[in-house]
Amino acid sequence: MKISFDKLDKAFENRVRLQIMSVLAANERYDFNSLKDLLNITDGNLASHLKALEKEEYIVVHKSFLGRKPNTNYEATVIGKKAFKEHLDTLEQLIKHQKST
Amino acid sequence: MEEKEIHDELAAIRGLMERSSKFISLSGLSGILAGIYASIGSGVAYYILYAGDYPVKHNSHYFIAEGIQSIINIYSLLLLGILVLLASVVTAIILSSRQAKRKGQPIWGKISQSLLFHMSIPLLTGGLLILIFMYDGSYGIVAPASLIFYGLSLVSASNFTFTDVKYLGLCEIALGLIAACLPSYGLLFWALGFGVLHIIYGGMMYLKYDR
Repeated sequence: MKISFDKLDKAFENRVRLQIMSVLAANERYDFNSLKDLLNITDGNLASHLKALEKEEYIVVHKSFLGRKPNTNYEATVIGKKAFKEHLDTLEQLIKHQKST
Repeated sequence: MEEKEIHDELAAIRGLMERSSKFISLSGLSGILAGIYASIGSGVAYYILYAGDYPVKHNSHYFIAEGIQSIINIYSLLLLGILVLLASVVTAIILSSRQAKRKGQPIWGKISQSLLFHMSIPLLTGGLLILIFMYDGSYGIVAPASLIFYGLSLVSASNFTFTDVKYLGLCEIALGLIAACLPSYGLLFWALGFGVLHIIYGGMMYLKYDR
């Protein structure tokens, strides 16, 4: 039963971070406002979690301008995608393990 | 973590991945209604083209082309087509935004915008091509070309919504090509493609996703 709780990625312990990674795993890039609408959370909340993921080097930020408005896009890095996949695999294993016991 | 908790977590992730990359709020019911509008429209078009003709000239060549002898017919047909299109679009917008609210997806967001953009390229190309040919008096191209280009636009839009839309698109393209081989049955194929196929697919989508 001990297998895997410590294998679960600490960075994904928070729900919002896991949600952000799910979106970035399914899409090449996603912009801040669309992400905010999709997850239905506040600017500050989203920004702080994005910062945390950026610090882990799981995502990279692309800043550009649409006309005069700043447009911030996020993209998952190779490390980030790998960590996300491992996290999901671990969750899956946990289910299998619990079923067999 | 309990097993159920993990299951919920995985389900939430899967849902979010789908919701973030595909417009899953397309309403099946609006497909059915669009099909019904198109069927009624085809009926009215048939009446406009062949009313007074007797006996009905089923075996005449260039079915559509022959009916359009008076300029009034062309305009009333164009008006009819625009009315059917408008009614379908308005219905789709109303029903899909209701659906979007229920599924927690913005109706006018990143995904619906890419969906419309990818749909509009073949659709506008086809529409302009048809107008150019009509200007030259080649009315035979209307039915096959509108089916083919509509099918192409569905195939290209299907990357941003349910995959089922791709199969509807392929059916429309096939029907359009057949219609091109049988120019005298243009209106019939038009009714099949925009009426019957929409009703069938709308019904399937409704049963599969709407409820």
